Amino acid sequence: MKFFYWVIALSFMFNGQAQNCDLVFSGKVLDFHDGKAIEAATVYIKELNRFTVTNRDGEFKIEKLCTGEYTVIFTHIGCEDKEIKINLTSNLTQTVRLEHHIEDLIQVSLTGKAPKQTRSGQETRISTETIESYSSLSLGDVLKEVSGVTSLNTGNTIVKPVINGMHSSRIIIMTNGVRLQDQEWGVEHAPNIDINNAGIVSVIKGSAALAFGGDAIGGVVNLKPVQFQRTDSIFGKTILSGQTNGRGGSLHTAITKTYQSGWYASLNGTLKNYGDFEAPDYVLSNTGLKSGAIAFQTGYDTFEKGFDLSYNYIQNNIGILRASHIGNINDLVNSINSQQPSVINSFTRDIDPPRQDVNHHLIKLSAFKRLKDFGKIMVQYDYQNNRRFEFDVRIGDNRNRPAVDLELQTHSVMAQVRKDSNLDRIYTFGILGRYQNNFANPDTGVRRLIPDYDKFDFGAFLTSEWKITNDFIVDAGFRYDFNRIDAQKFYRISRWNDLGYNIDFPEFVVNDTDFGTQMLTNPVFNYHNISAAIGLTYDINNKNKVLTNVSMAMRPPNPAELFSEGLHHSAARIEIGDLRNDQETSYRWSGTYNYQSYNTNVVVEAFYNYINNYIVIEPTGTEQTIRGAFPVWQYRQTNAQLFGIDLSATHKFSERFSFSNKSSFIKGYEINNDRPLIDIPAVRTINSIEFNKAEWNNFNTALTSEFVFRQNEFPDNNFEQFIAAEDTFVLVDVSTPPAAYHLLNWKAGVDFKISKKSILNANLSVNNILNTNYRDYLNRLRYFADDLGRNVMLQLKVNY
Amino acid sequence: MKAIKFLSMMAIAALTFNSCSNDDDAPEPVNEEEVITTVIVTLTPQGSGSTVTLTSQDLDGDGPNAPVVTVTGPLNNNSVYNGSVQFLNELENPVEDITEEVAEEDDEHQVFFSVTGGVGTITYTDSDANGNPLGLAFTLSTSATATNGIMTVTLRHEPNKDAAGVSEGDITNAGGETDIEVSFNVVVN
Repeated sequence: MKFFYWVIALSFMFNGQAQNCDLVFSGKVLDFHDGKAIEAATVYIKELNRFTVTNRDGEFKIEKLCTGEYTVIFTHIGCEDKEIKINLTSNLTQTVRLEHHIEDLIQVSLTGKAPKQTRSGQETRISTETIESYSSLSLGDVLKEVSGVTSLNTGNTIVKPVINGMHSSRIIIMTNGVRLQDQEWGVEHAPNIDINNAGIVSVIKGSAALAFGGDAIGGVVNLKPVQFQRTDSIFGKTILSGQTNGRGGSLHTAITKTYQSGWYASLNGTLKNYGDFEAPDYVLSNTGLKSGAIAFQTGYDTFEKGFDLSYNYIQNNIGILRASHIGNINDLVNSINSQQPSVINSFTRDIDPPRQDVNHHLIKLSAFKRLKDFGKIMVQYDYQNNRRFEFDVRIGDNRNRPAVDLELQTHSVMAQVRKDSNLDRIYTFGILGRYQNNFANPDTGVRRLIPDYDKFDFGAFLTSEWKITNDFIVDAGFRYDFNRIDAQKFYRISRWNDLGYNIDFPEFVVNDTDFGTQMLTNPVFNYHNISAAIGLTYDINNKNKVLTNVSMAMRPPNPAELFSEGLHHSAARIEIGDLRNDQETSYRWSGTYNYQSYNTNVVVEAFYNYINNYIVIEPTGTEQTIRGAFPVWQYRQTNAQLFGIDLSATHKFSERFSFSNKSSFIKGYEINNDRPLIDIPAVRTINSIEFNKAEWNNFNTALTSEFVFRQNEFPDNNFEQFIAAEDTFVLVDVSTPPAAYHLLNWKAGVDFKISKKSILNANLSVNNILNTNYRDYLNRLRYFADDLGRNVMLQLKVNY
Repeated sequence: MKAIKFLSMMAIAALTFNSCSNDDDAPEPVNEEEVITTVIVTLTPQGSGSTVTLTSQDLDGDGPNAPVVTVTGPLNNNSVYNGSVQFLNELENPVEDITEEVAEEDDEHQVFFSVTGGVGTITYTDSDANGNPLGLAFTLSTSATATNGIMTVTLRHEPNKDAAGVSEGDITNAGGETDIEVSFNVVVN
């Protein structure tokens, strides 16, 4: 059915200008794995804009061609596109094999282009091949492939994506159709994702993708698994990486069995093991990582109906730089002034406190059915269990006791109806219900950072897509979300009164007499959120395209923004939430211009985001404790604006050489006083020169320069601190961003055919070739240590 | 029809799960265990005179209230005082003496003293298992003339005791992290 539509679509696009030439280009398209003929593959001659489709035996024929050089692109659903060059001087017959397992799970739409989640949103895809090259790294690392996406790091293993200056709760991470619920409010909480499990990753900037949620003020990261082809096949892939920095590596292996009937089953797993990483001048003590992940997926998928059952488990044991665990302001001053970590031990694989131990389970069951002359109905249930332990540096019997022990359980049910019987007017309607329970184990002997709570969410959305003409598409959507949070929290009575809650929230007090210096409260909040988006896509001609979108989104405050109340050791600060925090509302405009020709591809994305009641955390004073003084950082709300431009361009100079650039520029200010927002990524530009020569075993090599400017616009939160022992005041510089830096990276890869069905791909890369010392503004450990030094990595990948 | 059946099945499943995990029991309070709420420095004169006690008590820990600092009286000039330091967690019942834990892990702790205004000089009189100073016991020799200044007591966890000056009580190169830092205004008559 799908093929049928496609063929029709292609025939629309067929350019009927016949030429007065007589050459014939013909051949066969076969499956790389089993050599079977591929039916309905498209053969497209780019220069002539001419198409044909292979028949049942995989054969094709294009007649009446003139002498000359042509680019021919072979495409098929579930296969990676293949582009070949032909020099036609006489009739030519060629056999082409397409590889179906490294594929994009794109369901082919009428136009023959992959549908994106939003028509007019700023969506960028990362291919399987690119994801594979990041096999040993994290989601946050691979997303930096997208211009305008940076990361907020705690060291080099906790990497949180930052989309146009937004992170944590302002970003939705979807994995296999499930919204990840893993205490993402914490800036030191890395997404619990094994990147190897994704077949394709797309980043949607802003809140236009309403189907995923209404609160994605920053954007959505959507990871989709590899979509399997309906064919009797068994195939697998193994990626082995080793690297010098961290003296470790990773192993990923996946095996999949598919049947022509539509059944499939897939199992994959990843192991990572690194010891202490190293900066150019010293070992970053206690920064090792041990990680294990396993994923199992099975189901049945045909055009008309299907179901999918999947289970993912990931376990991360992450060391946190020992020198970043500090006692008070004086320790922080010493760290900042010495420019060297206070603890440097020799290399070890041991991971000691401070460390994080996080387990995440995800189970999903979904099913769909396509109804004739109507569309598609989809239902889904998922359950997630996130268990987070954080071990602090403690003394005595508490040494091996976690300081944080949180268990977050989430159940979600959703249903979606997509009406696409008229492909010029597509409507999608969905509802969602979610229940979440957070349990903070009191056995830690440390006051809870985040309280016990129950959270209830309900959402409903309607999105639509109208094709006005073939070149002009309008999309619009509306969404309503209800959130209720019902928490049980012990406050210090002194804090409760100090924050004025005794006047504003007396109704929340449950018991303020039986717990000494503490009191039990039961804060309950309901939030009604409305989000909407409208946009349009216009293809000016086959090279130039513009998109624009306006969206509104509301995000309720997260548990940290409401309930935080305690000391953060790695930041030497007391963080305090505010029960008065209300939803923030974002109004975002985006505009995209895309130029695409044979040699050149340019994407310019601009945005302006006005956020009402934007929640920021900034210092408000110091508090004296018996441990010394600490700055107090409180969440507050302000009106803010962010705007920026992201550029990404590639240009082919010749068959061998190409150049690419990715640059991003972003600014963020508070509206009423023009004060810069904190933690806005600095301007950066990444330039790369690539060389490839297919004749030398697909040899390719690239030299990349990454230049990050110094962030010159930052809020000045520096303060003076009295050092009693020296009877003086010192300036504590927590604000000034580090200097600009420039890194050079190099990589090279070759393919070896080791059997008829197997290819070995070897990649060698060197990051930070010059072993440059640098610190990044968005690395929370920048006060304590330099970033990573040189790293030589070898990766071997076998598809079989 | 099948889809509806499936949906209702999942809704039932979800409800079942929810009712299992949904408990309305009130959570237990957490009383911080290794918190030090109170530092008591006792200065006992080797000769005649009265004992001077310096106390810093912070019962709300990281809460907004500042520690309550008391000094029982002035020191005599030209005198030698035997000093001892005690760390307590007064939130526990009975009161927990954290000094014992510090003494047990003596190689990982050191108490540092600093005085301004020429109040006197401090000498360690105890040591850890490796022969390095610990600082729970010390002597204070007060100045010859009347003066006043600030005495700061700092407890460092995992200091580098081998670094230059650390065994003489100089905190500059000690590293580690600060568990306690309290300052007292002291007067020498």
